[in-house]
Amino acid sequence: MSFEDNYTIDRSEVPLTKEDFVSDQMVKWCPGCGAHAILNSIEKVFPAIGYKKENFCIVSGIGCSSRFPYYVNTFGFHGIHGRANVIATGVKIANPHLSVWIATGDGDSMAIGGNHFIHIIRRNLDVNIMLFNNQIYGLTKGQYSPTSPMGAKTKTSPQGTIEQPFNPGELVMGAQGTFFARTIDTNPKHMTEVMFEAARHDGTSLVEIMQNCIIFNDDAHKMITSRELKDDHQLMLEHGKPMIFGKNNDKGIVLGRMGLEVVSLGKNGITEKDILVHDMHQKDPGIHLMLAKLKPPVYPIALGVIRAASFPTYDDLVVEQIEYAKENSNIKCVDDLLNSGDTWEF
Amino acid sequence: MAKNHKVLDVESIVVKFAGDSGDGMQLAGTMFADISALTGNNLSTFPYYPAEIRPPHNTVAGVSGFQVNKGKSVNTSGDQCDILVCMNPASLAAHLKFTKKGATIIIDTDSINPRSLEKAGYSVNPIDDGSLSSYTVIKAPMTSIAKDSCSHLEIDNKSAERTKNMFALGMVTYICDYDIEKSFYVINKKFKAKPTLALANKAALKAGYIFAESSELQLSRIHTPKADLEKGKYRIITGNEATAWGLLAASEKSGRKIFLGSYPITPATEILMELAKHKSLGARVFQAEDEIGGICSAIGASFAGAMACTTTSGPGLSLKTEALGLAVITELPLIVVNVQRAGPSTGMPTKSEQTDLYMALFGRNGEAPLLVFAASSPADCFYKAYEAAKYSMEHMTPVILLTDGQMGQGSEIFRIPKMSELPPINPPIVAANDENFKPYVRNEDLVRGWAIPGTEGLRHRIGGLEKTNGAGIVSTDPHNHEQMIALRAEKVEKVAEHLPKQTISGDEKADTLVVSWGGTYGEVFSAVKELCAEGKKIAHAHFNYICPMPKNTAEILSKFKKIVVCELNSGQFANYLRMKHPENTYLQYNKMQGLPFTIQELKEHLTKIM
Repeated sequence: MSFEDNYTIDRSEVPLTKEDFVSDQMVKWCPGCGAHAILNSIEKVFPAIGYKKENFCIVSGIGCSSRFPYYVNTFGFHGIHGRANVIATGVKIANPHLSVWIATGDGDSMAIGGNHFIHIIRRNLDVNIMLFNNQIYGLTKGQYSPTSPMGAKTKTSPQGTIEQPFNPGELVMGAQGTFFARTIDTNPKHMTEVMFEAARHDGTSLVEIMQNCIIFNDDAHKMITSRELKDDHQLMLEHGKPMIFGKNNDKGIVLGRMGLEVVSLGKNGITEKDILVHDMHQKDPGIHLMLAKLKPPVYPIALGVIRAASFPTYDDLVVEQIEYAKENSNIKCVDDLLNSGDTWEF
Repeated sequence: MAKNHKVLDVESIVVKFAGDSGDGMQLAGTMFADISALTGNNLSTFPYYPAEIRPPHNTVAGVSGFQVNKGKSVNTSGDQCDILVCMNPASLAAHLKFTKKGATIIIDTDSINPRSLEKAGYSVNPIDDGSLSSYTVIKAPMTSIAKDSCSHLEIDNKSAERTKNMFALGMVTYICDYDIEKSFYVINKKFKAKPTLALANKAALKAGYIFAESSELQLSRIHTPKADLEKGKYRIITGNEATAWGLLAASEKSGRKIFLGSYPITPATEILMELAKHKSLGARVFQAEDEIGGICSAIGASFAGAMACTTTSGPGLSLKTEALGLAVITELPLIVVNVQRAGPSTGMPTKSEQTDLYMALFGRNGEAPLLVFAASSPADCFYKAYEAAKYSMEHMTPVILLTDGQMGQGSEIFRIPKMSELPPINPPIVAANDENFKPYVRNEDLVRGWAIPGTEGLRHRIGGLEKTNGAGIVSTDPHNHEQMIALRAEKVEKVAEHLPKQTISGDEKADTLVVSWGGTYGEVFSAVKELCAEGKKIAHAHFNYICPMPKNTAEILSKFKKIVVCELNSGQFANYLRMKHPENTYLQYNKMQGLPFTIQELKEHLTKIM
């Protein structure tokens, strides 16, 4: 579908530009922080979407990521730690005519707000979540987060962490999510394309942004971002295209007996025809889950839209039930309600 | 063969149905209330039930009860009962202590056996050992007669036995001198969809009526006069229903869509269930993943322009406290209903208390004042919920409405208002493209505007960080912070200029003033009224507006030599008065048993200290 099909949100009568969304507030993220790239991307995506500028609403929780609403000139709500997803739930249910965006981080959504995260995904509310994943607590100055890799040495894990990290994609699939995409802060063009796809999706869209924290966790994503390693470790997914990657486009993904396997094109008689073709609309999340779980060094990391499956959205169903009740109930106003059932005159 | 049972006339009587969970006592009780209302009585009810769903059979822990106080003038669900129906020995063990000497006790003798007596803690059968000699005991084999009475119908054994609650209701119908046709009418309505069950229940009810009528005992039938109510249309309503309806009324009056974000918790869940029924009135009801989700979704909805509510009980309010601060600093309307129960922690979930007052007033980080209102009775919940929503929206501030389990689940007669009679609600909605709009620009009441997302020309950002007054820019400026703290407090205080003045009842020239608040209204009002009728000089001030307090509070308190604060906690309101009005001395009368005051104990205590 295209944005033109979404009749619930009013479109701008005039073309909008980046300037329409730049706020007058000084951006206070550290120089070199990956968050700047996300802000730039959104300033391009919002005018491209074409909704009236008053119909965007950005909600956030707490953390570096969550200062985001102050830097974009839309309606914005800076919440409390972990609650961005559920505050946004209230915004969207109360006013489905808004395009609701959530800025949150790996602490906000994976730790203190984990409960709200899985439930917003499960409900498939039509909102867009930007998960700034830098695998560290930045605003409190460098403690490990639920996405820090096992063994990560941080200020609260001087000997290394002793807990397994969450993979946000696995949580999304486990919570029956309908949209999951992954992008990197070093590839702004890709990020913008992915954000646009997220906006187009009807339902909860989760975009995981592999973000660098230059101060407390620099080079955390080196394996997939460094010039030498990235091509062999990035699998750029495109719907309907075979999953081919590598510096020389000579590697591919096949579905083996025990899951996904990396093969070399041209070896053992493998040709492009043997390579798995990406279907992001597949309703069954099996392959999507396998893709979300791939990680270097054995596998490449999957980037792009991994899953975009069509299911009813919570906000549509809310409106549907209300409209049905309005048509079918005898109680049309509060006076009707007060006088319904057993009453008597005295 | 009707015996010549004499008919006594009394002002009001208390009837209690008690049995095992699953014996249908809540149904028998509500139907008795319906019959009483149809007969023209005033009434007030209260269910007693265990926190468990089906506790062990025949144990005291498993007793479920339903109490109805009915008659001419009724303000409480009653101190002690005049008629006690016991479906098993455990019910007697549980409720005899709440029964008046001389009361009529009806007991199902089919339920009495060595095992059930032992489970109820009796070593000998109490109906034979003389221990009930000061009561009129009607021994009735209820289960077997009820079952026989519907033997001509095609229903299974279990359903036939279950009509024993209607047998009990039939006996009470006779003793209360009610028209049996009215009881049939109520059964017909209740079992409209199940005609065979309606027939069975009517047969059992009739059998119970005849059983009582033909009793050889020196029974008294107790007749109460019609209610002294003002003219109008009435219904029975529980406090939790009334709360939900008051919120719906405020939504319609203000033109703001109602949003409820809530999580089930005893004894507040009925508000959530009630609102979920009313989608035809546009209710957006969101059952959140937890209590925090309930309030945070409501804050989001309020930002988006809805009349947003969250409903809970004590432990849930504890979880919501951080988010309450967010609603205070963002200066958004938010209606929080706390149906109080006995704490701390899980405490006694099905028992009532007034122990969350401190939490409502002070339970937040930083200086975070908000409105605190309290309802007096089940029907009053309608008006207090309406007012809570009105002042919250008009003054852009969160409000906590304190009710309690007793009034939430209890019911009483409610005079049906017309929507046109209710006061207007005018939220300060900012018009599109208002050139002077800034998030924290205030009106003469210090209230900021409600700038709703989607409106042209009003894009803005707010949140939990301190902002500059007026422009609403994130700021740590020391003087701005101090000013904002003062402004938020003054804004709440200014609501008092719009609230009704405090009134007093009883003898205004008395030396002694009894002070109460919230759910103890009926008991304290009745105690003072009875003392006045006995010639005592005493007055009563009952508070519903706790923060801010009515403007004339100091003036009222200064008129009395002695002030006694009665409340179901260890003195929270008394201490609040000591803080707000330290010029007076406050005596206290407190109770923390998970039970309401009785009129009797209040009278005894007040007489002693006068």
